[in-house]
Amino acid sequence: MTDQKTTPAISKTKTVTMTGASILWECLEREGVKHVFGYPGGAILPAYDALKHSKIHHVLVRHEQGATHMADGFARASGQVGVAVATSGPGATNMVTGIATAMLDSIPIVCITGQVGSKLIGSDAFQETDITGVTLPITKHNYLVTHASEVARTIREAFYVAGSGRPGPVLVDITKDAQQGSCEFDWEAAKPQLPGYRPDLSPAPQEYEQALALIHNSKRPVILAGHGIIISGAMREVRDFAERAGIPVALTLLGLGALPASHPLNLGMMGMHGEAWVNHTIQEADLLLAFGMRFDDRVTGTLKTYAPNAKKIHIEIDPAEINKNVKVDVPLVGDLREVLLELLPHVESIDRSEWLDHIDKLKGASAVRDIQNLPDSGHLYAAHVINDLWHQTRDGNTIVVTDVGQHQMWEAQYYKHEHPRTLITSGGLGTMGFALPAAIGAKVACPEAEVWVVVGDGGFQMTMCELATLVQENLKIHIAIINNGFLGMVRQWQEFFYERNYQATPLLNPDFARLAEAYGIRSATVSKRSEVVPTVQAARAHEGPMLINFKVEQEDTVYPMVAAGAALHDMIRRPSPIVETADDK
Amino acid sequence: MLNTFMVYVENKPGVLTRVASLFRRRAFNIDSLTVGRTEKPEVSRMTITVDADRDQARRIEANLYKLVNVLLVENITNQPAIIRDLALIRVAATHDARSHVLELASVFRARVVDVSAESLTIEITGAEDKIDGLLEVLRPYGVLEMVRTGIVAMRRGSKSAASTTESTAQAAANDDVSYSV
Repeated sequence: MTDQKTTPAISKTKTVTMTGASILWECLEREGVKHVFGYPGGAILPAYDALKHSKIHHVLVRHEQGATHMADGFARASGQVGVAVATSGPGATNMVTGIATAMLDSIPIVCITGQVGSKLIGSDAFQETDITGVTLPITKHNYLVTHASEVARTIREAFYVAGSGRPGPVLVDITKDAQQGSCEFDWEAAKPQLPGYRPDLSPAPQEYEQALALIHNSKRPVILAGHGIIISGAMREVRDFAERAGIPVALTLLGLGALPASHPLNLGMMGMHGEAWVNHTIQEADLLLAFGMRFDDRVTGTLKTYAPNAKKIHIEIDPAEINKNVKVDVPLVGDLREVLLELLPHVESIDRSEWLDHIDKLKGASAVRDIQNLPDSGHLYAAHVINDLWHQTRDGNTIVVTDVGQHQMWEAQYYKHEHPRTLITSGGLGTMGFALPAAIGAKVACPEAEVWVVVGDGGFQMTMCELATLVQENLKIHIAIINNGFLGMVRQWQEFFYERNYQATPLLNPDFARLAEAYGIRSATVSKRSEVVPTVQAARAHEGPMLINFKVEQEDTVYPMVAAGAALHDMIRRPSPIVETADDK
Repeated sequence: MLNTFMVYVENKPGVLTRVASLFRRRAFNIDSLTVGRTEKPEVSRMTITVDADRDQARRIEANLYKLVNVLLVENITNQPAIIRDLALIRVAATHDARSHVLELASVFRARVVDVSAESLTIEITGAEDKIDGLLEVLRPYGVLEMVRTGIVAMRRGSKSAASTTESTAQAAANDDVSYSV
């Protein structure tokens, strides 16, 4: 980013007088930012006025929540810090959901908000909201900037904090007078001053020895592979570790892609809708190696019976995660990649074929329940759509961005991800409406990638205004609406736990195909399995974006399911008649 | 059990809110929190007491460190420390009772800082149980008003907290989890 910065006015030694607004864009450029996602308004207008002198590409969103999800999708796809811009008051509060989404999934984004003039702060001025107060518990850190002279250092600190250690969102609230005011700009002098911020922790030597002893004594170990692998860039090290030690790998939702799905040691996804054999493997294990994951309740089930016979090693960059949910025997606090590089030379190769054979048997027993092995009933199931989509796009450079709900779980089960950053999904917060804007961010970050949105009919309607952004930016993104006419996952919970009392879950939907046409987006509606592949092929061949409305079986259910508060091995499975049908074959 | 933390923070606006918000968000109940200036103008110091078990206390420490403005955290619960609370107590003391109250105050090495026809105001500094003790014996006379500062604490010995950064890291390394500070 610095090589192309040859602006003659700003040399290393001399300072120039600039407005806070100009300093803002200058600093963003120096941080390597090429795209921002934003929406203008009164208190951020000075910054927008100065945008015309910047090389940064501004993507005009249709709602500020979309801006944060786009910055988030951009960050997840690229590994770089994403940037969202909004005005004060409602512009800033509209960002809250996107910020919380980024916080729970450790995504580095910087949100820049305008604020009323510093003299008006506290007066309930027009469009004044205490956004640093509002976002305090959902940001990694936030700032209120009231003077132009604070802009440069604050932006530098914001990028450093957002992207280092355990990443997260940082909000910078800049008053209107701080944008308008002028001061000397000196990039070199505006170095971050963060005496209390220490993202670089490392384990003590004896902890490595304790971990190695546990690994070498274990007969039934399993690696729990989380998002931290992708954040740390430790894919190679995890693979080397698993292969050398002969240890199978279970993945969290956000860990999918950290190890290729086709790798023989990759078991698949664990947790509430994880594969049955994966959950059984965890429950029967004598050692859990948690790599960059945080024992979320969606992957553990009830803690009382979680992996009862297993010792636990937790490699984690955030010390506050140690012993938070699950008491561990050996914590290794540090960057996952660095910790694994330290461990790897000492890991002994051990024959664990007995354990792996046992897991294979568990796997075989589950396969008969897979909907893919059922005879064609003439109905279109979401799993069919996802499976066909995967077969069609598996050889390409494809990023799938999902929303939240049943389709998200089917995507995780039936789309086999070979590479990191090819599945973008809201895990921790479970934010409906995430998919379309996040996909726009991902496509801006990776224009050469084929981007597919997989979204439910409910979540799509939460942020479908961003179709206009997609068209305005001329982005080729394909949208697969898994349309079952229900808030499907909520309906599933009502089916299991509320006696099929389908309160407020049936949806009246617009004609999504015609809606797309109104935006000038090509569309199709599919309700037969035989039409899935040709329609996906047509979308791929089309030069622009395409929306496909897949009308799937209305009351389909995601199996297996660990009910909230149930033990991980206590799964609701696909009902037995179907199993028998499959067995009879 | 009651844990006592010494927390060094950057002297900046909003830092107290960040610390207080952390305890609220993670559902830890603050028993007492004091904050004030230190020998360094850019550093403020908090003394926080929280009811927490050993594991919770460790997580409180780790969560405090996650706040960007927090410089140093020390759990001094099991360390030799000077712990002081200050109270102002207004006691009903008409001429009959006055000499008794004055006597009690002197037993506790407390000072009378205000006198009126019907009351005496006593200032007392000390560990919390000492103040509790004085309150107990004054209660029969009628405590009209009372205010306490909450505790401030300092480790005993010649080492200042700022110079013990390394030993803190060592102590943390010997605990169930380590992180260099």
